Amino acid sequence: MTWEIVIGLEVHTQLSTNTKIFSGASTAFGAEPNTQADAVSLALPGVLPVLNKGAVERAIKFGLATGSHIAAHSVFARKNYFYPDLPKGYQISQMDLPVVGRGSLTILVEPLSGNAKPYEKTVRITRAHLEEDAGKSVHGAAQGMTGVDLNRAGTPLLEIVSEPDMCSAAEAVAYAKALHTLVRWIGICDGNMQEGSFRCDVNVSVRKPGAPLGTRREIKNLNSFKFMQQAIDYEVQWQIDTIENGGKVQQATILFNPDTGETRAMRSKEDAHDYRYFPDPDLLPLEISPEWIEQVRATLPELPHTKQARYVNELGLSAYDASMLTSSREMADFFETVLAAVPNDAKMCANWIMGEVNAQLNRDGLDMSQSPITAQQLGGILKRIADNTISNSGAKEVFRTMWTEGGDADAIIEAKGLKQVSDSGAIEAIVDSVMAANAEKVAEYRSGKDKLFGFFVGAAMKASQGKANPAQLNEVLKQKLAG
Amino acid sequence: MIESSLSQMGAALRAKKISSVELTQLYLDRIAQQNPQLNAYITVRPEASIAQARAADARIAAGTAEALTGIPFGQKDIFCAKDWLTTCGSKMLHNFVSPYDAHVISQFNNAGAVNLGKTNMDEFAMGSSNETSHYGIVKNPWDKARVPGGSSGGTASAIAARLCAAATGTDTGGSIRQPASLCGISGLKPTYGVVSRYGMIAFASSLDQAGPMGRNAEDLALMLNTMAGFDERDSTSLQRNKEDYAREINKQVGADKPLHGLRIGIPKEFFAEGLDIDVEHAVQAAIAEYQKLGATLVNISLPNTRLSIPVYYVLAPAEASSNLSRFDGVRYGYRAPEYSDLTDMYQKSRAQGFGAEVKRRIMIGTYVLSHGYYDAYYLQAQKIRRLIAQDFVEAYKHCDVIMGPTSPSTAFKLGEKGDDPVQMYLSDIYTIAVNLAGLPGMSIPCGFGANNMPVGLQIIGNYFDEARMLNVAHQYQLATDWHSRAPQGI
Repeated sequence: MTWEIVIGLEVHTQLSTNTKIFSGASTAFGAEPNTQADAVSLALPGVLPVLNKGAVERAIKFGLATGSHIAAHSVFARKNYFYPDLPKGYQISQMDLPVVGRGSLTILVEPLSGNAKPYEKTVRITRAHLEEDAGKSVHGAAQGMTGVDLNRAGTPLLEIVSEPDMCSAAEAVAYAKALHTLVRWIGICDGNMQEGSFRCDVNVSVRKPGAPLGTRREIKNLNSFKFMQQAIDYEVQWQIDTIENGGKVQQATILFNPDTGETRAMRSKEDAHDYRYFPDPDLLPLEISPEWIEQVRATLPELPHTKQARYVNELGLSAYDASMLTSSREMADFFETVLAAVPNDAKMCANWIMGEVNAQLNRDGLDMSQSPITAQQLGGILKRIADNTISNSGAKEVFRTMWTEGGDADAIIEAKGLKQVSDSGAIEAIVDSVMAANAEKVAEYRSGKDKLFGFFVGAAMKASQGKANPAQLNEVLKQKLAG
Repeated sequence: MIESSLSQMGAALRAKKISSVELTQLYLDRIAQQNPQLNAYITVRPEASIAQARAADARIAAGTAEALTGIPFGQKDIFCAKDWLTTCGSKMLHNFVSPYDAHVISQFNNAGAVNLGKTNMDEFAMGSSNETSHYGIVKNPWDKARVPGGSSGGTASAIAARLCAAATGTDTGGSIRQPASLCGISGLKPTYGVVSRYGMIAFASSLDQAGPMGRNAEDLALMLNTMAGFDERDSTSLQRNKEDYAREINKQVGADKPLHGLRIGIPKEFFAEGLDIDVEHAVQAAIAEYQKLGATLVNISLPNTRLSIPVYYVLAPAEASSNLSRFDGVRYGYRAPEYSDLTDMYQKSRAQGFGAEVKRRIMIGTYVLSHGYYDAYYLQAQKIRRLIAQDFVEAYKHCDVIMGPTSPSTAFKLGEKGDDPVQMYLSDIYTIAVNLAGLPGMSIPCGFGANNMPVGLQIIGNYFDEARMLNVAHQYQLATDWHSRAPQGI
């Protein structure tokens, strides 16, 4: 590999406030055009912005979750440019003094190629700042005209900027996915990529190892991880080809076309805007007190990496299991609710969730939140495995019934007669009758034909109609066969 | 009745000596008669005004009237008022009928006041002579060949001609005080943040402040009581307890020395080169009157005020260039009738919709914020702004109020400074520093200069010292009658 890839991300996360960042208009997605455009969203003459504290709290949450510096004093600035979907002719953003400063996010990278092993990597976060979204231009709304929908104008965004720490598409995608998990985990963004709640701009450059950073091109507005990977792969190859063919990469903003799998330049550095940033005189500087930060900290859930470490160290799960069980807040909550029913059987819980539950969800095309079996219900099944009421195979039958018909584990066990026989007297009676009916085989066994033990287990289990507690049955058989 | 103070008018209304409908009709008739010559109003809607007057009369009859209920006011056309054409003096908003009320308008409406009409103004409040209005120049009732000052020139002219009981103004660099001075009326620009800017069309957000204009200090206090107060819709509105601005107005330390103990700071920079001699004489006479009322004089210096005009003409245009970006022809207001594409639509709409002075300031503002110039202009100006404010902090260690001229000259002739923007900018040399510091300032009539044109005395107070300033102004107005003089032929 003679080329080194350098990637940095700017991610726009739409914050999950009910109202806009500078007005009381709703942020709900999908309303009729301009029904959520109030006087502020329309930028009527004389209207003024008032900062939504909920947006600030979400920014603080993000800062805390990434160990970032949270600025005691940050400033909103105006970014000036003309566009029909930008009603004021400027976007309120943060420039010199962002609300969130340096931090980091540790990610698990699963290489895309071959049998390379997953590895951990820490990506540095440069900053995260609050800003308002623009509206949308609606082309073809009327014959030969472009419409403007200002419902989205003023929706709060947190733009999260990373250092150029990623060296492959796999790392970039892993970082974006980890960020996507985190923002949903801490409840600041719904993460809905189709609706544009999580949009990535990717800065890509290539260089020879040891050389200074190459000229970067910025791929704008990627809203799927698959597209991100395709776009980076294409762009990296394009830059390498360009340089190897004697050309030079020019700084540019580019778009990825998912239909062709290609990137193309939208504008070059030469026609870059002069945004004339200056502090917005309509808004006071944003002051965040240590008390406010502590209040927000108290509302923060246990974070994915803290949970992972706890699962490994305290519950004895493997790193892989811990990572899978923390891939979303729903998954972790599900796991912990199941675990509450059988506190000493973490591994069994993990196996059932990642095995039976995931398989059924995949088969039915559902996600965790849509699971027909709740964590409490599953806990009810596992509890009966743990206390030997049912066998593992009996439990699977209960699970299948529950998935389609619902119901409580104990009721299903009762109705289906799946209860194990754990009464030692009953089991001894069964063993005795099996041994009596197979006296020759008993003699063979006692003369050294150990392999016959399996035959006795099968016969006894059959005689119990599959209900005997297997461990107990083994124990009794061993004793009685030994003579 | 038209010479009565607002409290007298209110009392007469509540005593049912006159109805609000009668009083409103009286002013509407005066407007119909005189506005064609003065052009003080851009929009009058007699039916809407009379409807408000009827509601006020009902309120009076019900016994729920407040101080301003039923009194007819003019409203500067910078304030958005529901169902009223709100032009801000610009062709850009020639068709903009506001769907909402500015905070100031709501306050007057809630008080039961009557909106008589929208007063003329320099386009987007950019001007000192009311000659930049798209709706024509406003004339000074004292001499119709002269300007009323600006940008609240329509308001000042209307009050001087008794075409309203009083009216609102806004002041970014002197736009209340300078026209008050030139038209022989009283006007107060409060401390920045006292009156909400919500619904007041922005010129330079960090400097803009609405305030009352009227015939005397008592009227201003009553109006300010209605206009002031915290408004959560303006992030720069100050969260302070509601105060009665008239609470100190009648305070007298002694019968013959009512202002005994008052220390008046006299800044030497306000009496230097550039001040017309007739203005200086009138202002000095007023200060001498204050000494008779018991005040003592303290010589002070505001060394950095000499930089206030250059600083202002960096900061105000910078903010304006951005504030006026929303006027793009897309959603409301003027759009050029013909254009080839989006950029052409923007360019033509803004080129045709804005007047020359507005375009000049947008260009200055765009330039000073541009990459490579920002530090040298905008940042530098912000630093000097702090120094200017510091000058006042220093001065107020030695005095209670500061006095000087409001304007270097009396009203000048229409067209006299029209093609020399710098000469025009110099008319605000004594007022701009007050906006840069965010301090309260007022102008009250203090005599007449050459050509019998009024002269204004500027009173600058410390932050939130409006009640004291109103007391200081009122005591002077009890001892003199400049404020009750009216132009001839009105």
